Order: sequence, then C-alpha cells, then structure tokens
Amino acid sequence: MRAQAGDLEMRGAFAAEPHGGGGRSAGSDAGWGAGAGHEWVRPAEPVGRLEGEWLEVAMGPHHPSTHGVFRMNVALEGERIRKLKPVFGYLHRNHEKIAEGTTYLGSMPYTDRLDYFCSLTNNWAYALAVETLAGLGVPERAEYLRVITGELTRLLNHACLVGFLLHDMGTMGTPLMYAFREREKILDLFEALTGARMMCNYLRFGGCRVDVPAGWLAGAQRVVDEFPRFLDEFENLLTTNEIVLARSQGVGVLSGALAVNAGITGPMLRASGVNYDLRKVDRYGIYDRFNFRVPLGEHGDVYDRYMVRILEMRESVKILAQALKDLPPGPILDPKSKLRGFRPRAGEAYGRIEAPKGELGFYLISDGSVRPYRYRVRPPSLINLTVLEELCLGHTVADAVIVLGSVDIVLGEVDR
Amino acid sequence: MMETLDQLFVLLKRWVVGEFPAAWRLWLSPLIDAGAIIGVFAGLFAVTTLLERKGLGRLQNRMGPNRVGPFGVLQPLADGLKMLTKEDIVPRAADRVVHFLAPIAMVTPILLAYAVLPFGRNLVAVDFDAGLLFFFAVGAGTELAVFMAGWSSRNKYSLLGAMRGIAQMISYEVPLVLSAVAVVLVAGSLSLPSIVDSQAGYHWGWLARWHVFTPWGLAGFILFLIAATAESNRSPFDLPEGESEIIAGHLIEYSGFKYALFFLGEYLGLFAVSALGITLFLGGWQAPVPFLAWVPSYLWFGAKLLGCIALFIWLRGTMPRLRTDQLMNFAWKFMLPLVLVNLVVAALWHGTAAWGFFGAGATRWLLGGAVLWLTYSALSHALFTAPGRGPRTYRYAD
Repeated sequence: MRAQAGDLEMRGAFAAEPHGGGGRSAGSDAGWGAGAGHEWVRPAEPVGRLEGEWLEVAMGPHHPSTHGVFRMNVALEGERIRKLKPVFGYLHRNHEKIAEGTTYLGSMPYTDRLDYFCSLTNNWAYALAVETLAGLGVPERAEYLRVITGELTRLLNHACLVGFLLHDMGTMGTPLMYAFREREKILDLFEALTGARMMCNYLRFGGCRVDVPAGWLAGAQRVVDEFPRFLDEFENLLTTNEIVLARSQGVGVLSGALAVNAGITGPMLRASGVNYDLRKVDRYGIYDRFNFRVPLGEHGDVYDRYMVRILEMRESVKILAQALKDLPPGPILDPKSKLRGFRPRAGEAYGRIEAPKGELGFYLISDGSVRPYRYRVRPPSLINLTVLEELCLGHTVADAVIVLGSVDIVLGEVDR
Repeated sequence: MMETLDQLFVLLKRWVVGEFPAAWRLWLSPLIDAGAIIGVFAGLFAVTTLLERKGLGRLQNRMGPNRVGPFGVLQPLADGLKMLTKEDIVPRAADRVVHFLAPIAMVTPILLAYAVLPFGRNLVAVDFDAGLLFFFAVGAGTELAVFMAGWSSRNKYSLLGAMRGIAQMISYEVPLVLSAVAVVLVAGSLSLPSIVDSQAGYHWGWLARWHVFTPWGLAGFILFLIAATAESNRSPFDLPEGESEIIAGHLIEYSGFKYALFFLGEYLGLFAVSALGITLFLGGWQAPVPFLAWVPSYLWFGAKLLGCIALFIWLRGTMPRLRTDQLMNFAWKFMLPLVLVNLVVAALWHGTAAWGFFGAGATRWLLGGAVLWLTYSALSHALFTAPGRGPRTYRYAD
C-alpha cells in the first residue's frame, strides 16, 4: 500500500521527520498518510504545543513483546506515542483458501493452528458452523465434553494471558511461570484425552472424536478444584500490587461506545462495561443449563481487562464443576454424521462461539460438494487489534507494550 | 591467632612487598591492591550470575542452570567462554570509537570506586580523607558510559535506552548522595574507614551501634537501597534495559566481550554500591553481636554483601517495572523530600546526643521516627492516592 521508500527505515542518522507546528498535512507525513484511501484521520493537536522531532520506531516484527511477529510502527515524541500503525501479515498462511481446497473434515486439524493456545475452542466454532450447515445434532455427552474442554481452554488462555501481561510489565516472567505451571496441568489433561497437548483436533461434526479415558474425569475434577487456590495466590501477589495498579489503571482506556463500533468482543468488550457474552446471548451448545455470571468492567483500562479475565476464570471454574458433575453417559457422536464422503447440502451457515479471546466465527458456503465453496474465519484477535492505535495514543512505549498485552492476540489467528 | 587470621591479607601483602627492593615498593603495593580487587570481585561476579539464575529459577518454579558441572556450578565458566567466542558486531552506522570506549568507560570508574571501600579491619586500598566523595565522583562516570553506548550504537531503541538511563541515573544520584550525607553529618568524616569506626561498640553490650538502628539510619538505609537499585539499573528500575519495552536499551548493539564488560560493570556497580551501603549503615566489617567479634572482619563484610545481593535478586524476581514518568516522580517528589527530612532528623539526633535523662534514647527514637513517618505518610498520601486508584469492585451480569 505504501510504495514510497523509507517508510520507517533508518534514513541516515536517526532521520525523524521534523514536524513544524501546524504544517503537518496528511500528504507531508512521509509514509503515514500516503496513498489514497489510507489516510490517517486524526483530530488536530492542540495549538501551542511545543513541537519537537518525532522518532519513528518500528516495534517488531522481532520485538520480544509483540506476542509473535507483529509490528507496531510508532512515531514517538520523547517517549510519547503520537502515531501508531499496526502492521501484520507476517504469519499469513493462506488458511482460508487452503480450507476451500480441502474437505470439511480436512480443515479441522488446521483450525487448531489458528489460535494455537485454544485449539479446542477453534474446533468447536468450526464444528458448530458445519453442524449448522449440515443440520447435524450433537449427543448430550459430547455437548458436555465440549463445554468441559472449552472452559479448560479458557482457564489456560486467561491464566497465560495474565502471565504474559505481567511479563510485559517487567516481572521477569515470575507470574508467567506460575501460570505455566497451571497450564501444564491442563495440557496434561488434553494430552490424555486427545493425544496432543496443543493441537488437539478433538471435535468431529456431530460430536467428539474419542470418549474420556479411565480416570480422566477424576483428574479434571482435581485440576478444577485446585484452580481457585492458584487464582487466590495469583491475585494475592498481583491485584493490589502498587506498581501493577500504577501501571495499568487509566492506561489504554477503551470506551464502551468505541468498543461496540469497532466490533470488539470477548473480555476486552466486557472490560469496557458492555454486557455481551455469546454464552449468554446465543446459548449455543448447552450453556443455558449452567449457572454462571458475566463479570463486567467499568473503566475499560488495562487493569479492568486483567481483572475481568481473572473473574472470568472463577466463573469458568463454576461451569466446569457443574459440567463435570452432570456429565451423562451415552454416545459421543451423532450416528448420522459421516466422516468420509461428507457432503452438506448447498447453503450457507455461520457458527460462532465465545472463544477465550472473543467471538470466533466461521462462515461457510456449501455448493453441495465435499469442499466448502467459501470458508471465512472471523478472528477475535484481529478485530480486537483494530483499536490498538486509539488505545495507545498519548501513552508511552512502555504502555503500548502492556496495552498490546492486554488485548490478547495470537498472531496465528490475526494473520491466518 | 584470631588476630593474625583477621589481618591475614594485610600481613600477606606486607610480607610480599617487603621481599622486593625498596624502590619497587611504592609501585608494587597499589598493583597488588588493584589485582586483588579485580580478582576477588570478578570472581564474585561469576558466582553472583550463577546465584542469580538459580535464585530466579527457584522463585519462578524452575530449576535454573543445572547442566554444566554438578548442580550447574560451572555455568559461569560456560557463559564466559560463550561470551568470549562470540563475534563482536559493530553496526555499520555506529560511531566505532565511542562504541568501543563505552564498555571500558563502564567498568573503569567502578573499579576505581573500590579503592576507598574498607573490606575489613585495615583492609582498604586507599584510606582517603574524602573517600565518600571520591566514590560518588567516580561512580557518576557510569552514567556517561550508558549514554555513550546508547548514542554511539545508532539504534533507536538504544537511544531511547540512553535517554531513560541518563535521566534515571542522574535523578537517583541526588537521593543516593543525600542519604549518605546524613551519615557524614553524624560521623563527622568523609573517610569510609572512620565512618566504620564511628559505628564500633555495642549499646548495653549487645545491640551494635550501627547507624541502621537509628531512625534516620533506618530511613536512610531504605532510601539508599532504593536509590542504589535505580543507580544499578536493577528491577523494578530496569528501565534503561527494559527487556519487554526497548529490548535491551543501550546494550542492544553489543555482543561478545563488550557485552560481557557491560554485564560485569553492572554487577560490579551493584557490589560497590551495596558495599557502600554496608559501610555507611550496616557497620561495615563489624560483627553484629559482641560474642561473634572473633570471626575475621572480611568474612562479616562478605556475609553482609551476599545478603544485599540476595535482596537484589529477590527484588528482581518479584517486582514489575515502573514507567519513566512514575520513576521521575518517585525520585523528585517522594525520595528527595524524604531524604531532606531525614537529614534534619539526623541533625536532631546528633544535636540531642548529650541528653542524659532516663529514657532519652527512646524519646529521641520516637521523635525522629515520628517526624519521618509523618513525612512518609503525608507524601505517599499526596502523591500515590489518586481518586479511582486502587483495587476495584466489579459488577456481574447474569
């Protein structure tokens, strides 16, 4: 989109564009507003502000805190961010086009790789879309297993996200390692159930692939019972920490109105005070049977995003306890579902679930053949990332890093 | 016998120097001192890197290095070899001369600072009348090194790191020096050995007369430790390096031996400033209790130094990092007033030393402590309690 040379490359010695007061039009901003249709529209700075030289820094794609190969082109005034432009696509793998060239089931393992932290919820969203398309039912036991694995995934994702967020704040990885200790227990459960720790490939259209092995439910119960203790320990160390409060409160504020307009979903939306949880809105699967609440933030800052995730984990533990108690016996796969020669009738369907990061949706168009005619992912990571510039402007580099951390992205899902 | 053991290194040096002709002795004596300081503290550096990695590992639920040698004790050796064999990369746009000089400018002043530190009874390289002044004067040289490294690398991150580093180190130099001035006020000397001597003896035969056991000394020691953490760029004040923000700040373009020198310089700076804190507030090489006074003085000093290092490692494993503006606010709005009040309290303490009535000690303690506590709570109330700051309650939707 930008053909001009020297967007953010080093031009000689620290060549920053001098920005004379008031003389800054979209055209003169090298690289930022160049090219029709890509103009940066930003309210003018208050008059009378002292203008210095801006330093343009490309944070990423190989920056340790961009959670993968993500790049933020920032223009800094001192350490204040005056402009920020997210650049992604470094991990683009042509996921959607590949899925159009393979069978429906063939894409199932590939969805694991979208958000590689949460393969089970990715499977679920895809399975839901295909089931809607083909009109398949899901047996009771399989629905419970989906809830159990999905909520375990949520615990895993939120625990690690909070760990990464604190790591970005500079805690030398201590909370991260605490979170990874818990993640390890959940991954062991996944391994016992599905044979793989991260790339689980567990769901099938109309059910699940395998039933739980002997002793698995007891192990899951143990993990679920112990999880609140970990959360208490975590919160005890972090929630009232003076530096954490100073760093995260009032930083990266996202208003509820902007969040709704930008299509933000998941914990980030709820941290801004908007009550929207697909588990309550859609009541997909069997979520109407469980008793749980949706925590809402008020300020929409980094601290609220942190706390909403902590509180969501506590609610997930409740759901898990109920699901493990009520798990009925029975088949785990709809007898009508076919693994080979699966041809849903022509039509289109959209299946969405509340993934740990937000609304994960799969949109499918079938032409009656074995392959989807159109396959499209609605990735929460990418769409939540679109407001990054709004959140970061006026803050410092250090804040940009934790704001990005609090958005919760996985580049596998952003770039697909 | 214990007396000989206590003075072992002093006697050893005197004997070695005595073996040489008189004309050489003037030059030989400082050379031996310099060699001993470099050898001992470079060795301590190696041990500390291992201790730090092990300690951080245990804090973080992991093992730490355990592959090289039994329990990983040879890890520093492996690290050193790796550092030495790495390619020394200089960016094409870098200012080569300054880039080369920066690590040297980092290590040299810190080694100079060791000259005035008393590591044991009579165990000081130069008993300098203005030793404290000398320490701070050469210690300030490291700030230049950080800026040289950041500027000469021609990297935007390292420039940001240098900017942060120079602002932070100059700001925290002020409370660091002022907290030491309180000691000078009471001890009446700038010479570090005489400051140690001023803390000799025991109250009522058991409580050491260290400065840390006075209200101004306790406050001064804590302020000194905070400022020392910031001076040595350690977490939670590791902004110039800021691993997760500006990657490694001024160190980003350094590799191989130059990087190792920076690393060495940082740890040597940490030891030096800890040693100064021990000398000023923790009684230097003196024993904490009289019945253990027979243990050689340098062992006490070493034990205290290791204690300080352990504290710094612990801090590093537990604290998130502050932001630049918060760091500056903390230095200028919080630490500076507190350190000035501490100076007044020290003067009061010194002025009331002649009080002889019953309970005079307790009265002085309460008085000084009350002044400091009131200042502390007023400052923290004014600065750190913004409306809306603090733990929150959350509502739920069903």
